Amino acid sequence: MRRLTLIAIPYLWLLALFLVPFLIVLKISLSDTAIAIPPYTPTLDLSEGWAGFKAFLSQLDMENFTWLTQDDLYWKAYLSSVRIAFISTILTLIAGYPIAYAMARAAPEWRPTLLMLVILPFWTSFLIRVYAWMGILSNEGLLNSLLIQIGLISEPLTILNTNTAVYIGVVYTYLPFMILPIYSALEKMDDSLLEAAEDLGCSRLQAFWLVTVPLSKQGIIAGCFLVFIPVVGEFVIPSLLGGSGTLMIGKVLFEEFFNNRDWPVASAVAVILLLILIVPIVLFQRNEQKQREAEG
Amino acid sequence: MAEPVFAPWTDPNEKPLIQFKGVTKRFGDFTAIDNLTQDIYAREFFALLGPSGCGKTTMMRMLAGFETPSEGQILIAGQDMSRVPPNKRAVNMMFQSYALFPHLTVFDNIAFGLKREGKPKDEIEARVAEMLRLTRLERFAQRKPHQISGGQRQRVALARSLAKAPKLLLLDEPLGALDAKLRQQTQFELVDIQEKTGTTFVIVTHDQEEAMTVASRVAVMDEGRIVQVATPSEIYEQPNSVYVADFIGEVNIINGVATPQGDGYDIAWAESQPPLHAQTTRGFSDGQSCHLAIRPEKISISTEEPETRNKVRGTVHDIAYLGNLSTYHVRVPGERIIKAQTANTRRLSRRALTWEDDVWLSWTDTAAVMLEE
Repeated sequence: MRRLTLIAIPYLWLLALFLVPFLIVLKISLSDTAIAIPPYTPTLDLSEGWAGFKAFLSQLDMENFTWLTQDDLYWKAYLSSVRIAFISTILTLIAGYPIAYAMARAAPEWRPTLLMLVILPFWTSFLIRVYAWMGILSNEGLLNSLLIQIGLISEPLTILNTNTAVYIGVVYTYLPFMILPIYSALEKMDDSLLEAAEDLGCSRLQAFWLVTVPLSKQGIIAGCFLVFIPVVGEFVIPSLLGGSGTLMIGKVLFEEFFNNRDWPVASAVAVILLLILIVPIVLFQRNEQKQREAEG
Repeated sequence: MAEPVFAPWTDPNEKPLIQFKGVTKRFGDFTAIDNLTQDIYAREFFALLGPSGCGKTTMMRMLAGFETPSEGQILIAGQDMSRVPPNKRAVNMMFQSYALFPHLTVFDNIAFGLKREGKPKDEIEARVAEMLRLTRLERFAQRKPHQISGGQRQRVALARSLAKAPKLLLLDEPLGALDAKLRQQTQFELVDIQEKTGTTFVIVTHDQEEAMTVASRVAVMDEGRIVQVATPSEIYEQPNSVYVADFIGEVNIINGVATPQGDGYDIAWAESQPPLHAQTTRGFSDGQSCHLAIRPEKISISTEEPETRNKVRGTVHDIAYLGNLSTYHVRVPGERIIKAQTANTRRLSRRALTWEDDVWLSWTDTAAVMLEE
């Protein structure tokens, strides 16, 4: 009985905070817009009993999903989001791996401090940090004035409101999610494995490719998913740092919801986004499971 | 026909495979190896034995190339190794932790070194198959290291380090992680494999029994120096110092003052006791203080006074029954305890001796070793 209660707690949590909201969104996505409060119809009225429920069901349709396939804005936005997320993930990996590697190889007494430094940015508001990047990247910003002062460029570079700024913002924001799993994989690695590889004829570089990288594979995979999954639906970074040319589904969703006040279409966009993300989420779970088994 | 005894260190024409020449290794202020000179010959099974922190592991890591000497030279086959990195040495090491690659199968672990040499695939496969046969691992070739037992992992590590047919194989506490039964069995396997492959083995261990079982020569180390190098039986029967005598096996140390007497020395060891007599090839001056080292199994215990020159009266203080042996702790004059050991050769014999019995301990003139320090 006690065990059942214990298991029930996370399930209840999931039910109340994930499944119920999802069902509400799904229901709205099947509704039609209306000038009303809330701005869609039908709404479920249980006072009329079974007949009312049947009438409610008959009014739901797939119209909004059909609409998504007709206007090419949506699939372009999905595709562009996935592309931006993919490129950002690669960039974050390139930036994060050396940092994680250096941390794992640092003297043990330094590691907690380094770990702390990686996590430290989380203690300031995410929004403030993104605004700070606007100050750095704008035409009159810190970066441009620095580059002009040292004479590297004469005209300011346009970085803000481009995809480049989005990549910078994403890599900066999501770097810890990449570093931490890779670090934890590298830190567990026995140094004598590298000595053994060298002893068996590897150069340092070969030992890195043949031993270090394969042994941190699980960390790399976990880090990539932890970056890729949230970046696909990212809204704040593209809307603050990106320009009009930056097409991301999170921005489209926001505009449908708040500018067009078209809740049903916005919900349909959200449902499709979730369906797209289910694939990497399942892959991520499988990776975690494999890791647990390998360690088990 | 008896095989000639393997003892290249006695042959002045034999060229050593490994030469340590005045090697010193410091880590900061700490001197791990102190001006060490030692030759090791091809096909030897050389054991470095000592307590932890005596420098034996540092010596081995310098041979593998993971550490470089602060001073002095290490030569392997006449070549100075100071600038040769680990991956360019014909030396392989079996790590204490085994250091098997967890992401590779047993087969790929063994093939790892061969693949780095860029050998053709069928040659690699043939060599790995040979190694698997040698270590009786054929059935486990496709398993990952975490799917096999500790003893099997140990054999994979051995196979991997032998696969490249190194001139010199280093074994760092190779059996430390195995339980006692398996360890004994593996010791003999190691010797077998060493003889079959003709490789020179250098083994690091803190387990004296292990060193005695496998080695052709044992080097007993203490604080960065080699105290004695000799065959196992010489180390045991003719230790050159109290340190060595005490480190290897059990020993009774009796302190006294030597006086030349006849064919040896008389040693005065306790007041109002007749002196003990010992023969030795070492020279002691009259009145020099010395230590007598006597192994417990060389001391006889009896209830009647024996007819030998060396005899001491005492009472049984404690009896340790070990199954095959019994060790008697006998209290002798001067409040000291001398241990005597007898083999329990008969199964159903009444133990003649019990606690607080008056007994005589005795040994021959050659049983004890006289030591200066």
